[in-house]
Amino acid sequence: MIATLFAFKGGVKPSAHKEASTLAPILRAPLPPRLVVPLRQSAGGAPLPLVVAGQKLSKGERIGAPEGNFSSAIHAPTSGRVLAVEDRLLPHPSGLSALCVVIEPDGEERWIDRNPVNYAAATPDALRDYLRDAGIVGLGGATFPSHIKLKPGASGRIETLIINGAECEPWITCDDMLMRERATEVVRGIDILRHIVSAERVLVGIEDNKPQAVAAMRAATAQSPGVSVVPVPTRYPAGGEKQLIRVLTGIEIPYGRFGSDFGVQCFNVATAGSVHRAINLGEPLISRIVTLTGNVERPGNYEVLIGTPIADLLPLAAPKADTDRYLMGGPMMGFTLPGTDLPVTKASNCIIAASKALFPPLGTELPCIRCGACTRACPVELQPHELYWFSRAKNFGKAQEYGIFDCIECGCCAYVCPSNIRLVDYYRFAKSSMRTLEREKATANAARERFEFRTLRDEREKAEKTARLAAKTAAGRQAIAGAAKPSAAQATTTAPAQSSAEKPLAPLDEQKKALIAAAIARAQAQRAGVQPKNTENLTPEKQAEIREIEARRDKVRELAKTPPAEPV
Amino acid sequence: MTAMNNSPHVHLPISVRAIMLKVLVALLPGIAVYVWFFGAAILVQIALASAAALAGEAVMLKLRDKPVGLFLSDGSALVTAWLIALTFPPIAPWWLIVSATLFAIVVAKHLYGGLGQNPFNPAMVAFCVAIIAFPALMSQWPAVGFTDFAAQMRVIFQSQSAQDAVTMATPLDALRTQLHTPEARATVAGILGSHATFGNIGGKGWEWIAMAYLAGGLWLLQQRVITWHVPVAFLGVLALVATAFSLANPDSYAGPTFHVLTGGAMLGAFFIATDPVSGATTPRGKLIFAAGIALLTWIIRTFGAYPDGMAFGVLLMNMCVPLIDMGTQPPVFGRKDEKRDGNTP
Repeated sequence: MIATLFAFKGGVKPSAHKEASTLAPILRAPLPPRLVVPLRQSAGGAPLPLVVAGQKLSKGERIGAPEGNFSSAIHAPTSGRVLAVEDRLLPHPSGLSALCVVIEPDGEERWIDRNPVNYAAATPDALRDYLRDAGIVGLGGATFPSHIKLKPGASGRIETLIINGAECEPWITCDDMLMRERATEVVRGIDILRHIVSAERVLVGIEDNKPQAVAAMRAATAQSPGVSVVPVPTRYPAGGEKQLIRVLTGIEIPYGRFGSDFGVQCFNVATAGSVHRAINLGEPLISRIVTLTGNVERPGNYEVLIGTPIADLLPLAAPKADTDRYLMGGPMMGFTLPGTDLPVTKASNCIIAASKALFPPLGTELPCIRCGACTRACPVELQPHELYWFSRAKNFGKAQEYGIFDCIECGCCAYVCPSNIRLVDYYRFAKSSMRTLEREKATANAARERFEFRTLRDEREKAEKTARLAAKTAAGRQAIAGAAKPSAAQATTTAPAQSSAEKPLAPLDEQKKALIAAAIARAQAQRAGVQPKNTENLTPEKQAEIREIEARRDKVRELAKTPPAEPV
Repeated sequence: MTAMNNSPHVHLPISVRAIMLKVLVALLPGIAVYVWFFGAAILVQIALASAAALAGEAVMLKLRDKPVGLFLSDGSALVTAWLIALTFPPIAPWWLIVSATLFAIVVAKHLYGGLGQNPFNPAMVAFCVAIIAFPALMSQWPAVGFTDFAAQMRVIFQSQSAQDAVTMATPLDALRTQLHTPEARATVAGILGSHATFGNIGGKGWEWIAMAYLAGGLWLLQQRVITWHVPVAFLGVLALVATAFSLANPDSYAGPTFHVLTGGAMLGAFFIATDPVSGATTPRGKLIFAAGIALLTWIIRTFGAYPDGMAFGVLLMNMCVPLIDMGTQPPVFGRKDEKRDGNTP
């Protein structure tokens, strides 16, 4: 089947460096002495821990429950004992710590009861829930929960399923090797995904620099009608989800929209493989293939348990002596790891040992000469140099107007910039500043609302107090009036009803007088109450002393009244 | 910004210096043909302009507290200097090119903020300043055949007033003064046929220099230093306007081949209007920018007081660049239906 391809604009062709890590087959990484499994490994809420320190675990046992529907479960990668549930540093560009389950493997690899699902008989909803509980997330690096992507969007249904085997980032070969060695697993996963969304056609996009993967996938899909394996031109970022959808279908999905809104959805080949394992074998997502490459003696791909510390993996590849840092992900979008004691997560597709020779530091940043190389390279068709000026000037409104949030941070612009400008860093700065400003605005709004509510409450309470006081006074008046009334009432029993309305006016003066009298009495009593009462039973000496003091005070007062004759 | 989040970790081996060097290399064929027809004086002018540009650049960088070595070696000052030399008469006095170059570097470039910040094309600023201040000197072009180096040097350095024997009006100048002044009686065909300045198409020598610039420009295009938009729109619109008027009145208006191959048209199309710093950056913007320059160039050439309108056209369009860029932002990926305004090229 020949599919028409639609080129996306922009893109770059960095050296691939993929050969070295594809020479050896995928090996299983040995069981490390400790596993550190982060609970938050996908977009969405952080799963809640289901285990406590000391607890025994089976392989595949759920240790993190999905928090809400926009989250995915986490499982024990092996059998063993929980050592701790504590905050650990995550391998994430944020450099933040989060809750992790630390497991000491017992080496038995004792599985939970694995229950394969007959997906053909299950409803799509049940399968989606099952995938959420099996911890299936996108393994291309974004770790977006797959069950959410499997929901039909605004268009009602997903007609075209895109399977992403492009793997456009240099150095990374985990998907390539997976397709070469486990094409059948991938295809069985594709069958399930296709069943869930009832897609009419499936397009497997693979960059044409992976002929072996293309051949393997073609062989595996030979019996699947409606599935075509399409080699796509090798051009970074052809493996970006939206770029691949564009190349294969011509559909452009803007920022903030899902493919499902356009009747198309995209899954990574490794995700498809993990879907197969979850449904057909009953095994949750507890391992992934990681490429170990770069400045190493033995580059290759390893099947690694999630939570394996990177430091335990590195000896497998034997980094060379001049390695000065490690990258996670590819060189275009990956980040420098703050250390090697961090665990492999569902997002860790590649660890690259970097050296000054392999990744020479960028030269001094020169001014932008508006040459337009970045514009030609931008796959989202932005004007990167304009965004740069706006970000630099902190003109965030303009940056937003020019589409800074459409930027996918693929790095093409910075890759081609002749002035060595770290363009993506400027965009990250602008984006995070804008998000911070939004947050601050939200906080300020909340504070203002709180303040306004408090003012309102104070006023209300004051009003209530006044009302209460008024009621009390009225009650007092009534009590007095009531005391005076009986005689008046007796006198006016025969009077017509209308005069009773006037009647209270007559005794008002009396009532007032009574009130005033009562008030004076109260005040007198109060004064009497506060006046010092300890002067009565003092000794005569003390009384004399007080009198003396009073006399002295009077004298001083007198003196103070007469102004001095002349200025002192 | 976090220090760890610094992707991409790889970079294309490309630099501002490499781009500027390519521009200089692309000028070499034109310079070679220039020397062939008009002698080695142009080389002296290039040397003078280069020295002035580098000196001015160094002083300004020092004053502005910028790394002198880094910026001096970016080659941008040399490009400006060479373009100034190539647009000035090759027998202009030495102080004219030196002061004009200094003005370009000091005022038009550094006072506006240096590399990447100047709103006006520095070389064209130099040309306009010189032609307004010294119109007579800027109109002294060597006659074809005046290639005696010693004589040329005397004109340049001893400020000998050039004699009519060695100077000559450029083809453009001749056409303008003889066709569009009140007492003009000549026809295009008559002038082109009679005048010694005129060669086969765009003026003796000049047409060949223009062809050499074209060759260099095509190489720049192939090297992706420039895009097709500016040269195509500039030469296309210039040819279009010239064709329209010469068809309507062939006696009064020169045809497209003459306009495209004479004066600064070809140099401007590939080397001046393509200056990224002072030009428009969006594809549609580049087309509008270049078309505007072409139109202004033709109008000034035909009806204006100055022999060539390229420099004024460039500066006038430089002023419009922010507006052009703002109005021609291309739609973003996935948003083509939202922004479409039916005005795409």
